[in-house]
Amino acid sequence: MTFKRPTSAGLIALAAGLLTATAAYAEPTVNKGDNAWMLTSTVLVLLMTIPGLALFYGGLVRSKNMLSVLMQVFYTVCIVVVLYALFGYSLAFTGSSDFIGGFSKAFMAGVTTESKAASFSVDANISELVYFCFQMTFAAITPALIVGAFAERMKFAAVVLFVPLWLIFVYLPISHMVWYWPGPDLIQDAAKAVAAATDAAAKTAAEAKLAEVNADAGFLFKMGAIDFAGGTVVHINAGIAGLVGALLIGKRIGYGKELMAPHSLTMSMIGASLLWVGWFGFNAGSNLEASGGAALAMSNSFVATAAAALSWMFAEWIVKGHPSVLGALSGAVAGLVAVTPAAGYSGIMGALVLGLIAGVVCLIFCTAIKNAIGYDDSLDVFGVHCVGGIVGAIATGILVNPALGGTGVMNYETLKAGYEFGPQLMSQIKAVGFTLLWSGVISAILYKIVDVIVGLRVTAEKEREGLDVTEHTERAYNM
Amino acid sequence: MKIVMAIIKPFKLEEVRDALTAIGVHGLTVTEVKGYGRQKGHTEIYRGAEYAVSFLPKIKLEVAVASDQVDKTIEAITNAAKTGQIGDGKIFVIGLDHAVRIRTGEADAAAL
Repeated sequence: MTFKRPTSAGLIALAAGLLTATAAYAEPTVNKGDNAWMLTSTVLVLLMTIPGLALFYGGLVRSKNMLSVLMQVFYTVCIVVVLYALFGYSLAFTGSSDFIGGFSKAFMAGVTTESKAASFSVDANISELVYFCFQMTFAAITPALIVGAFAERMKFAAVVLFVPLWLIFVYLPISHMVWYWPGPDLIQDAAKAVAAATDAAAKTAAEAKLAEVNADAGFLFKMGAIDFAGGTVVHINAGIAGLVGALLIGKRIGYGKELMAPHSLTMSMIGASLLWVGWFGFNAGSNLEASGGAALAMSNSFVATAAAALSWMFAEWIVKGHPSVLGALSGAVAGLVAVTPAAGYSGIMGALVLGLIAGVVCLIFCTAIKNAIGYDDSLDVFGVHCVGGIVGAIATGILVNPALGGTGVMNYETLKAGYEFGPQLMSQIKAVGFTLLWSGVISAILYKIVDVIVGLRVTAEKEREGLDVTEHTERAYNM
Repeated sequence: MKIVMAIIKPFKLEEVRDALTAIGVHGLTVTEVKGYGRQKGHTEIYRGAEYAVSFLPKIKLEVAVASDQVDKTIEAITNAAKTGQIGDGKIFVIGLDHAVRIRTGEADAAAL
């Protein structure tokens, strides 16, 4: 049934609401304030990718490759949006198996202006269409992050092929495994039914129903791993795929010998700052409601980021003798990455400590450890996103502790928050390990497939000339 | 006629220009260049990647003067561009066979 005019749809929905009010439970309602916040968050996350990430990355490459990076990021957003509408949303957010969803919402079947998606509170739904758009922007930024690892040498045709393959075989399964769950309303209803059961037979039936509801969730979710805004799904996932790519494609010509200084740290400053601004949509938006939880995620995203920028800057100043702009920017991004899984769970002082640690750990990875191993991850996707993501994902299991100012983990059957140190930490570590393996192995296979079909790397001559002119027949700066 | 070519520190350009104007030199060509002499280069560090930058930014200026003006020109540039630090630059004097002002067709001394 479709409605031509929203007013009549509203009236009928209201009438339907009145009729069902006497049923066992009330149909969850959509709050316009929550919807408004999610619409805003969605465009903020898009802003992170274009132009935020594009400019941050673009400024870090040599001027001859500026457009290639901008193009790869922009292409990623466009292809992911199209594929997400066609079948991506369905594969991520419908029930089917523990590892991947099904095709019941492919081509957006059945998703209308009336459809609702659960938030993290009972009876606080948002429009499913805004949930779709919000999740779509996450799917878009994740493969865009990988671009930084093989920047300045990957064929555009290889990027064109790799991004959709990676979306389908790595991103969609992991996002399903971590974020697909029945939602608070269904769990509460089933739990209430168990409590209301009067005789043994009814109780058994109700408990079976509750178990069935709880079973309809992703593999890592059921394992008990918590990931507020995408430490595993986005950052570890993209970071390890980047490292695998950098290793398979090989170093840039002249790496370690020739000057490969960033061509415009001014652009990188603009990009990193837009990332920070957009990240409020990413983290506070992941609360799915305009509530105190969103405000907590926002507070943590302020504090951890600033702390990480400072810790990287001061550590570099102490060790290398100079505080660098790129160091402060990189530290800020590392802080944003690390606070992502913890944003809605950690207390603010916890986020401060997390930021301080993440800044220093990522600095060590991007400098000492990278140089010691000798891989050429052009823009440190691994050192910042994967390492920062791991620090954040594991720290989330500690900082969620109410004794440390965290929120605890909500049990939607009892509606009480609890916390157990050992099991929670183990769940976090398992989720990190699983994501590293899944993304690492499958990404390697996908790179190999792309290599066979179109070849991963441009010729040495084109690499010397720069990808802008040779791949796109354009120049970033005509002066 | 001679061309006096000087490589100087970029921030000294305005002082050199004023000094040359004061002694009656009315034309000057300036190019942004890179190079090294005794000053060598410096190190730049980006996320732990250290690069030895051996070419430093300098300004090259070229001025065509009558032969009897050469000494005065050299003196003006030297006084204005000197900091006493390493990296102040150098002055080269090159012979000039012929000069033409494009607009009028005037040649040699009249064209300067």
